[in-house]
Amino acid sequence: MSGCHESAVPGTQRQERHFHGAQVGRYLLLLLVLAITVGPFLWQLSTSLKGLSEDIYSVPPSFVPHELTPGNYARVGEAVPVWSFALNSLLVAVANVVTNCVGASLAGYALARLRFRGRGLATAVFLGSLLVPFEAIMVALFLVMRSLQLNNTLVAVVLPGAISALNVLLMRNAFLALPGAVEEAALIDGANAWQRFTRIALPSARGTVVVVAVFSFMYSWDDFLWPLIVLSDPSRYTLTIGLSYLQGTFVNDQRLIAAGTMIAVAPLVLLFTVAQKHFFRGVGEGAVKG
Amino acid sequence: MSRQHWLTPWLFLLPSLVAVIGFSLFPFVNTVILAFTNARTIGGGRFTGLDNFGRLLHDPAFWTAAGNSALYVVVVAPALVVLPLLLALLVRRKLPGITFFRTAFFTPVIASVVVVGLIWSWLLDTRGLVNGVLQALGVLRTPIPFLTDQWLLILSAMLVTVWRGLGYYMVIYLAALGSVPRELHEAAQVDGAGRFRRLLSVTLPALRPTMVLVAVLSAVSAFRVFSEVYLLGGPAGGPGGADTTLVMLIEQVGTGLRGDLGYSSALSVVLFLLTLGLLVATSRLDRNEAAS
Repeated sequence: MSGCHESAVPGTQRQERHFHGAQVGRYLLLLLVLAITVGPFLWQLSTSLKGLSEDIYSVPPSFVPHELTPGNYARVGEAVPVWSFALNSLLVAVANVVTNCVGASLAGYALARLRFRGRGLATAVFLGSLLVPFEAIMVALFLVMRSLQLNNTLVAVVLPGAISALNVLLMRNAFLALPGAVEEAALIDGANAWQRFTRIALPSARGTVVVVAVFSFMYSWDDFLWPLIVLSDPSRYTLTIGLSYLQGTFVNDQRLIAAGTMIAVAPLVLLFTVAQKHFFRGVGEGAVKG
Repeated sequence: MSRQHWLTPWLFLLPSLVAVIGFSLFPFVNTVILAFTNARTIGGGRFTGLDNFGRLLHDPAFWTAAGNSALYVVVVAPALVVLPLLLALLVRRKLPGITFFRTAFFTPVIASVVVVGLIWSWLLDTRGLVNGVLQALGVLRTPIPFLTDQWLLILSAMLVTVWRGLGYYMVIYLAALGSVPRELHEAAQVDGAGRFRRLLSVTLPALRPTMVLVAVLSAVSAFRVFSEVYLLGGPAGGPGGADTTLVMLIEQVGTGLRGDLGYSSALSVVLFLLTLGLLVATSRLDRNEAAS
C-alpha cells in the first residue's frame, strides 16, 4: 500500500501525537461506516427475534430484544411456505452453478485454445450479447418460455442465466492466461481436445471456475425481476418473490418479514465467509470485462 | 493446435451458443420486430410501422418514467463514483482490523435487492427506526413520510441503490489504488508534496480510468433501476405511479393482463438505445476531459 511511509519517516514528538490523533479519527470514521453498512442488517435481525408481546414501534427504539425468541421463524413458515420457496431458490441456484461452470468452461476453452474457422465470429456473438440489457428483452424472453411451454416453471427461471456470456469470456481469458507449453506437449503425445481440456487446462483454471460458481449462485439466489415475470403460481415461487409477496400480504407484521429476510440472507453470508477472496476477485475480473 | 475434427470446437461451443442465441440475441431481434407491430399476448400482430413510437412520444407515462430513470442516473452515478472512492481511501492502509472493516463494508453487496429493499422499507417506515430515532432525539415531531411522498420515495430508493453499491465499487477502487506506482508518491514526497497534495496530483490522475469505468457501470445500472422503487413504493410505482421507472413501465405494459407486446417492445427498444447512448457518452468522459 502506497500511503503508509509516513510512519517510517522519523518524526518529532508532536508529529507522532498528530499521527495518533489521525488514526483515532480514522477508526471513528470506520466505525461510523460500519454502523451504516451493517447496522440495518442487525436491526432486521433484532426485529426478527422480538416476541409478540414486545412493542417493535417503541420510541426511543430498543435495539436489543427484551426477550429473545425464535418464534417468528416458525410463524413465517405458517404464514407463507417460506421453506419451500427457499428450496425452489436453492434448486434454481444449484442448477445455475452447474450449467454456468460446465457451459462456460467448455466454450471458454474452445475460444481460447482451439483453432477453427468462425472463432472470431463466435467470440463476437458473446461480446455482442453483453450489450443487450436483460430488461430490454425480458418481455420477448417471456414469449420464448411460453412457446416452449415452460412459463411458470423453475426451468424457465434457470434458462436465461444458464450460461452467461460474461462467464464464457471470463473462462476464455483464464485459459488464455495459462502457459501453452504443457498442452502442446500433450498434443504431440496424441491427446485429443477433450483430454487436454479435462486433464490439463481445467485443473489449472479452477480458481476462475470457483469465481464463476460463486457469482452464479449469488446472482441466481438474489434474482428478482425475471422470476417475478415468469412465475405466476405461488407454489413455484423463489424466495425473493415469495418475500415481496409476504410484504404485500402481511405488511403489518414486520417481525415475520424480518425473519423471512434473515432466512434469505443467511446462505449468502455463509457462502461469503467461506469464499470471501473469490468474491473480491470476481468483482475485479467482472468489472474489467463487464 | 490443429489436429482435430472440424466439429470438435462447435461441440464445445454448442451449449453456450444455444443459450446466448436463444435467450439473448433471438429475443432481442424479436423485440425489435414486435416494436413495429400491434401484437398482444392473446394474439394479433399486424405491421403498424412507427405507430408505437408515435404513441410513445405522446404518452405522459413514458415521459414520467424516462424522467425518473434519468434522474436516477444523475443522482446515483456521481454518488457511486465519489463515495466508494472515499471509502477505499479510508480502508486502504493496513491498519489492525482493516480486513474486518473491508469485509463488513462489502456485506450489502451480497444481499439480494429484495432483502435490502425490505430492510430499508422497514427502516424508513413512518413507525420505523429512522423516524423513531429522530423523534426520540426531539428533531422531529411528526414522522417523515419517506415511502409515501413522491420525491422522498425516489430519493429513498436512490439511497438504497447507493448503499448497496458502496462496497462493490470500493473493491474496484481498492484494486486500482494498489496499482498506483509507488515511485510517483515517493517522488512527490521528495518534492515536498503533502498528503492532500499527493492525493490530488498523484492518486486521482492515476485513478481516472477507474473512475470512468465506475461511472459507466453505475450509470448504466442506475438507468435500468426496477427493484428498489418496486419494493419501496409498490408495484404501481409510488403514489399515483409518479415514481414509475422505464423498466417498471415495460413490466407493467408488457406482462400480466395488459400484455401489450407491441408497445412494450417499442419501450424496450428505446431503453436499449438510451442505455447504449449512455454507455458511449460515459465512456467518452475520459477522452473529453483529457483533451480539455
